Amino acid sequence: MLKGRHLLDPMDFSLEEIEEILNLGEKISKNPEKFSKACQGKILATLFYEPSTRTRFSFEAAMLRLGGQVIGFSEPNSSSVAKGESIADTIRTIACYADIAVIRHPKEGAPRVAAMYSKIPVINAGDGGHQHPTQTLTDLLTIKSLKGRLSNLTIGLCGDLKFGRTVHSLIKAMSRYKDNKFILISPKELRVPDYIKREVLQKNNIEFLEVERIEDVIEKLDILYMTRVQRERFFNEEEYLRLKDSYILDNSKLKNAKEDMIILHPLPRVNEIAVEVDEDKRAKYFEQAKYGMFVRMALIIKLLGVEEC
Amino acid sequence: MLTVNSIKNGIVIDHIKAGLGIKIFKILELDKINSAVCLLMNVQSKKLGKKDIIKIENVVDIDFTILGILDPNITINVIKDEVIVEKKKLKLPERVENILRCKNPRCVTSIEKYIDQVFYLVDSKKGEYRCMYCDEIYALSEV
Repeated sequence: MLKGRHLLDPMDFSLEEIEEILNLGEKISKNPEKFSKACQGKILATLFYEPSTRTRFSFEAAMLRLGGQVIGFSEPNSSSVAKGESIADTIRTIACYADIAVIRHPKEGAPRVAAMYSKIPVINAGDGGHQHPTQTLTDLLTIKSLKGRLSNLTIGLCGDLKFGRTVHSLIKAMSRYKDNKFILISPKELRVPDYIKREVLQKNNIEFLEVERIEDVIEKLDILYMTRVQRERFFNEEEYLRLKDSYILDNSKLKNAKEDMIILHPLPRVNEIAVEVDEDKRAKYFEQAKYGMFVRMALIIKLLGVEEC
Repeated sequence: MLTVNSIKNGIVIDHIKAGLGIKIFKILELDKINSAVCLLMNVQSKKLGKKDIIKIENVVDIDFTILGILDPNITINVIKDEVIVEKKKLKLPERVENILRCKNPRCVTSIEKYIDQVFYLVDSKKGEYRCMYCDEIYALSEV
C-alpha cells in the first residue's frame, strides 16, 4: 500500500511497489490525457531550499497534468525559511494547506526530518549529494519502457562514478533485478566507491567490470548511462587532460555500439555528450526527462491514493 | 583510603574508565531512582590504574545496552546475597539516541538542532554506526 507513504530513499519501496509505480507510469506515458483529472482538487507543495529548475518543473508539470494545483517556493529567501523557521515548523504548516509535499534541500537527511513531522506524504527531490529517488524511478521507467525489461541487461555507467549519487542509486536499484551486468567506465580516481562494490555488487554476486575507456567496451552495452566528469575532481591537471576526451561521447565512439543500445543522462549535460549525438536514434536523454514527468505523475497518484482513471 | 561497603543485593558497574562514571550516572538517570546509589571515582585498579565504580542497591532491571557504546570494557555484576550471580556482557545497541553526534557538516543535524541524533548499528565487530539522516558511517572512536 503506497497511500500516505513518504519517498526518501530509492530503496524505501519494495520491488512490487516499484513495479506498481512503473506500470502506472507506463500507462500514463501511453495516454496522459486519460489522467488529466486524477488529482483534481489536490494541492502539491514544492519546498525548494535550493534552486533546481528541472526537478521542480518536472514535479509541477506532473501535478498540473493530473489536474491538481501547485504552491511552494523555489528558493528559501522568498519564504519564512529566511526568517529562521525550522523544517519541522515549515512542513507542519504546509501540511495544513497541501495534500503532498516535495522537498529539495542542500542538507543531507532534510527530507527525512520533514517526513518525521509531516501528516502528508513527503517526496525527496534531492538532498545534497545524498539521495534523489525520483531520478532513480525516472531511470527505471525509461529503461523498462525503452528496453522492455529491467533484467538481463548490460549497463555501462560512464564518468564520475565516485561522487555521482544518481549512479550509486541506479546500481543499487538495478542490482535487485536478475542477470544484470555492470561495466563501470571511469578514470581510476573516480571509480565506484568500495562499499558499493562490496555491499551491493559482490554481495549479490553481480558481474561487473571496471575499465577506463568507453571504446573498449561499447559493443557489449545495452545501456550507456553518461554522467559528467568535472575538472575539479581530478588530482592533477595532467590526468584530466589525458582522460577528459575518453568521457566525451561522440559519433566515432558510438561506431561499434549495438543498434538498440540506449544512451541516457540525468541532465543537465555540459559537454560529456557531443551535440552531434543528439541526432542518433539511440540518444534517449530527452525522452528520459519526459519519463521523469510520467513517473512523478504515477508516484503522486499512488502516494495520494487517488482513483486511477 | 576511602572504603564503601559491599552491597547485599543489586548491581555493581565495574571497570568504568576513570572520569566516565559521572557521565554514566547521568545517562542512566541514577539520580532519579529511589534506591541507594554510590559513585566511586578514581579507585585504584590493577587493570586500569584508575577506574570508576557505580553501585546500585536493590535494583537489577536497568537497561545497560547504552553502556556498550561508552566503554565496552565495563563489567556489570548482578549481586544477590552478597554473591555475584550474573556477569552481564555488554552488547552494542541497535539504535542509539542522542549519545553520538554526527560530524558530517552536510548533515541536516548540523542546522536543525532540535532533532534527535539517531544512529543505527551497521557492524558490531567493527563498532560502526550509521547516521539515520545522512547515512554517514562512523567507527565508535570517531564519534
